[in-house]
Amino acid sequence: MLTASAGAPVMTSARHLGPGHYAHVVFCVLVFVFLIAPILVVVPLSFNAQPYFTFTEGMLRLDPDAYSLRWYTMVATSDAWLRALANSFLIGGSATALATALGTLAALGLSNPAMPARPLVMGLLISPMVTPVVISAAGMFFFYSTLGLTQTYLGLILAHAALGTPFVVITVTATLTGFDNNLLRAAASLGAGPWRSFRRVQLPIIAPGVASGALFAFATSFDEVVTVLFMGGLEQRTIPREMWAGIREQISPAILAVATLLIIFAVALMVTVEWLRRRSQRERG
Amino acid sequence: MDTQDPSRRPTSGEGAGAKTADVYVEFNGVHKTYDGVTPIVRDLHLTVREGEFLTLLGPSGSGKTTCLMMLAGFEAPSAGAIRIDGRAVDAVPPRKRNIGMVFQNYALFPHMTVGANLAFPLQVRGLDRAAVAERVHRALRLVRLEGFEDRHPNQLSGGQQQRVAIARALVFEPRLVLMDEPLGALDRRLREEMQFEIRRIQRTLGVTVVYVTHDQQEAMAMSDRVAVFNAGRIEQVDSPEVLYEEPRRPFVASFIGDNNLLRGRVAAVDGDTCDVRVGDVVINAFMVTRHEVGDDVVLAVRPERTGLVSEAGTYTNEFVLRVEDMAFLGDHLRVLTNIGGHGFVVKIPNIVGHGGVLAGEGVHIGWATLDCRAMRPPEDESSD
Ligand SMILES: Nc1ncnc2c1ncn2[C@@H]1O[C@H](COP(=O)(O)OP(=O)(O)OP(=O)(O)O)[C@@H](O)[C@H]1O
Ligand SMILES: [Mg+2]
Repeated sequence: MLTASAGAPVMTSARHLGPGHYAHVVFCVLVFVFLIAPILVVVPLSFNAQPYFTFTEGMLRLDPDAYSLRWYTMVATSDAWLRALANSFLIGGSATALATALGTLAALGLSNPAMPARPLVMGLLISPMVTPVVISAAGMFFFYSTLGLTQTYLGLILAHAALGTPFVVITVTATLTGFDNNLLRAAASLGAGPWRSFRRVQLPIIAPGVASGALFAFATSFDEVVTVLFMGGLEQRTIPREMWAGIREQISPAILAVATLLIIFAVALMVTVEWLRRRSQRERG
Repeated sequence: MDTQDPSRRPTSGEGAGAKTADVYVEFNGVHKTYDGVTPIVRDLHLTVREGEFLTLLGPSGSGKTTCLMMLAGFEAPSAGAIRIDGRAVDAVPPRKRNIGMVFQNYALFPHMTVGANLAFPLQVRGLDRAAVAERVHRALRLVRLEGFEDRHPNQLSGGQQQRVAIARALVFEPRLVLMDEPLGALDRRLREEMQFEIRRIQRTLGVTVVYVTHDQQEAMAMSDRVAVFNAGRIEQVDSPEVLYEEPRRPFVASFIGDNNLLRGRVAAVDGDTCDVRVGDVVINAFMVTRHEVGDDVVLAVRPERTGLVSEAGTYTNEFVLRVEDMAFLGDHLRVLTNIGGHGFVVKIPNIVGHGGVLAGEGVHIGWATLDCRAMRPPEDESSD
């Protein structure tokens, strides 16, 4: 949802060529380059035929022989990477489901004026977002180890759910402020019980907020490495954890291939969410 | 002549229907406060008859919506009881009350089509597909929106959304429908059209309607009876004609149509009429409630019930009043005069232009005793 749209105003204002205009455009381009270049540079490097992290002479000459898919092949055939991929989706998916359900419930409760101590509860729920991850990870490590949850999938899922929940709470709360509570009264007057009112009236209307919260929660888990370092065992290595190991232990451009795949995945995710949002908006106006 | 109500014309006073068998809704001594201190609705007694169109009319903040919400079950009375069809409903949640509701902003489900909005209450009740489709179609025909099933609410005009909201409140065939200022968001022309439309539908189905508005013309145009609210109390419940002709409280007299209100003191009593001293004049008035010599009263005289006196002795009250200001309004003259120190508006039909009425001059005005009603002043009301 943050993609693409940012550039548009600059393009349209290009018609009015004021004196400061070119400076403005140059500045914007520089910001853009600074943000995007480090990410984009990974993409060509991942097709490097040599085991280096730099552009070879052949690559600069655009010699086809300097490029190859060997790192992609290596990732696709590596047990470690495949397990990391499966782990990331398992942990990320479960943590997202948990965070979305709990965060949505919390946001619904927090939007009720009758709920006592709302700012306090809100602050507590949001705290994982503002606390440095190292601190929460260390805290969780000591707490979870007394419960025997370290080095387990469940432990990581719970930890990531806690980190993802604030995003869901915030996006759903924001969506609920625009929700007309008369709709729930209308549903009740038509005979619907609380569950049916929620499922058929409230949830479809706040769905975009729930979906973007879920997306943020998934992204949080998907690129989280600190709690995995603290709590994950060999079994629970996720993609970021495997990349971390790849950089430290066997420096291999396979990481770049994985990074490229992740970029594509992230873009696809963003596009999907934006598409869903537009569709639901079009239906509703 | 000792009765509480000395009125000579027939009235259907409040509570008159309470003992009859066709009472459908009953508020019995209902109090409501939100914060435990400020009374919002006070000692409310009101009955609605089966098949009746009853309107709650009153200024903003007088507690109309609160009453409707208590009836719908979204708010609980702080004291007193509400009965629907003879059953106390305190413990019945809104969804079990089987009451249709039309909200001011329509509250249509924006993500559902018109058809799905109407089908919703039927699906809740477990009707099968064919029955749902049949009833949805019938309800749309009733509000003259056939063929709109597949539109979304945002693809409809305000008036059409209003019709959908009404259809949705009726489609599950409730016996009672509540409407809270349903026409508030529409422009005047559409509002008048919808007033007739709602009335037509209500008559067709014979459904009981409790309607809320702060527009007295709307209330007069649509209702069988109107309950006039003021600061959480009902001032009077009667048919529009009776409210207009026989207001029993100064608030009703000033809220329904125009009225000159004059404060005075009873100087003499004769049967159900009295002489009231207002400043330096004495006015003969009909007593709405019983008064003794020395009581403070408020007199209400409608501007259009006064007339030019062409021959002395036509009216029981005749005065020569100084014209302070006047406005020519086409079909009538609006003349501001002064009586006993009070501003007094007189409406003179335009039959012969200005009819000799001139600013700064005197004008001979009169009115009948029956068109001048003496009522208890507002601050005494707590005593009855
Ligand atoms: N939920 C609430 N909590 C506290 N006070 C309330 C609540 N709802 C209404 N009130 C107060 O109760 C009083 C009556 O409100 P109500 O909505 O019943 O008036 P109304 O006659 O419907 O007015 P309007 O014509 O403006 O809609 C108002 O003073 C209002 O501030
Ligand atoms: Mg209201």
